[in-house]
Amino acid sequence: MAEKFDIQDREVWDGNYAASQALRQARVDVVAAYPITPSTPIVENYGAYVANGYVDGEFVMVESEHAAMSGCVGASAAGGRVATATSSQGFALMAEVLYQASGMRLPIVLTVVNRALASPLNVRGDHADMYMGRDSGWIQMDAFNSQEAYDLTLCAFKIGEDHAVRLPVMVHQDGFITSHTAQNVYPLQDDKAYDFIGDFKPVDDLLDFSRPVTYGAQTEEDWHFEHKAKQHKALMDSRPVIDAVFEEFEKLTGRKYNRVESYNMEDAEVVIVALGTTVETAIVAAQQLREEEGIKAGVVAIRCFRPFPFDQVREALKGAKSIAVLDRSSPGGAMGAFFNEVSAALYTTDTRPLVTNYIYGLGGRDFSIDEAKRIFKEQKAHADAGYITTDIQQFSGLRGPKLGYFQTQRG
Amino acid sequence: MQDQNLCAAENRGVKELGGEHVGWDEVTQGIVLTSFNGDATGIVHQKAEERHYSDFNSYTASVASWRVEKPVFNIDVCIDCQNCWVWCPDTSIISRDKQMLGIDYDHCKGCAVCVEVCPTNPKSLLMFSEQTALDTALAAWPEKKKKEDK
Ligand code: SF4
Ligand code: SF4
Repeated sequence: MAEKFDIQDREVWDGNYAASQALRQARVDVVAAYPITPSTPIVENYGAYVANGYVDGEFVMVESEHAAMSGCVGASAAGGRVATATSSQGFALMAEVLYQASGMRLPIVLTVVNRALASPLNVRGDHADMYMGRDSGWIQMDAFNSQEAYDLTLCAFKIGEDHAVRLPVMVHQDGFITSHTAQNVYPLQDDKAYDFIGDFKPVDDLLDFSRPVTYGAQTEEDWHFEHKAKQHKALMDSRPVIDAVFEEFEKLTGRKYNRVESYNMEDAEVVIVALGTTVETAIVAAQQLREEEGIKAGVVAIRCFRPFPFDQVREALKGAKSIAVLDRSSPGGAMGAFFNEVSAALYTTDTRPLVTNYIYGLGGRDFSIDEAKRIFKEQKAHADAGYITTDIQQFSGLRGPKLGYFQTQRG
Repeated sequence: MQDQNLCAAENRGVKELGGEHVGWDEVTQGIVLTSFNGDATGIVHQKAEERHYSDFNSYTASVASWRVEKPVFNIDVCIDCQNCWVWCPDTSIISRDKQMLGIDYDHCKGCAVCVEVCPTNPKSLLMFSEQTALDTALAAWPEKKKKEDK
């Protein structure tokens, strides 16, 4: 039996510590991990819990992130509750195995501390790795601060392990800004947290010797398409389960999460759509602009990046006139990936607001309240003019001359 | 005698994965397949041919269609050293009680690793083109070679 770990009703935790505490409270059977900045402290803390007897599970030290996720796949197929953490290059190295995990419907929890992808080498945060995972068939949730990193990690186990879902879940947080900033966190006591998640109930576990099974079979053109269709349906059908888990979590803690979060959207005309810590910055900017200049500014944030809340995005943005979609990832020769998804949702509305794409904050470049205000004001200009007065895609916060692409064909 | 039935069972590899399924909503969750029909306790103590493999098992499916050359086994030369059994990357050497019996042609990929490691003179395993009949291959077996002077 594990030693009791004393926690107060209010703790000062950074995002990494918050995530590692959630893993401890979930009584994970196996953590297979390889350290990578900025997520290293999650598994480092977890290693300390194991060494000090606070957890009963296994901590498997492997030689790479590819092996870490492979170990997780094996342990999960064997019938255990499994989790790990990663960032950036480590995430990229896991990429192949991420598809194995989701295709095999293994409810592994992966806490991803978002960081830029090299080259150039960079340990700071942006969302390149988050976007890289977007087609991997995992549920992806995004925490904007330490409290949320803790809360959503607890929810992740409950969502992924639900027998109607049976899919792996990533919980994202921003590298350094969330992962290394200590904030007040209100944790649950161990028993309460564990009761919320519940016992792990394996399906088709490899260690059931009375009914041995094969994982990872080959299907070719005969059945691959059908399996992918079924996997996609499972992901789409996870939406009500996510909502139900969020609702149950609210009853337990009073903290309410939504797949799409809206701030001041009742009457907002100009809107920033964003992910991660940028959301809180944008909210402060929106509030200040409302008070100072009477600009009706609002913020829409995507909590659940996969399955993408297409209908909720459309609903949340239906009253807006001009919208800035902020991509914290290099667009790689296209409009930002996030912009494309939000635009697709808006294209199917009757009102079709103006949408611009801002590439910002790459490699940890600061995103300030002033910059958010400037973007809001640009949106106001679009809304007043009735068309997009700038390039449709712009780089915001870049040194040197302006960089942008494409203009509205007006007139 | 070489057990030809054991070497290339006709009834194996007939059904494709998911053979009974008709639509996308009927495929198994996560492509998880049961390996055996019924209870499988103590299965490790049974020989492959005694086990009740399920239709969708990797043992029952043939994965050998891309082979262009096959290893042929000559029991008259073999010394049962088990080298080939140890080295075959596809577990396609059939050996029982440390006695080499032949090749599992439903799973052998034709990589020739077994031939390479066979220590006898002449080798007890040689590669022949896929369509060569066993008798023809055995009739064409080389003689013992003299050691070359160094
Ligand atoms: S050719 Fe390769 S696969 Fe076939 S039996 Fe020999 S070692 Fe095994
Ligand atoms: S390596 Fe050659 S001699 Fe040894 S068991 Fe195999 S076939 Fe026989």
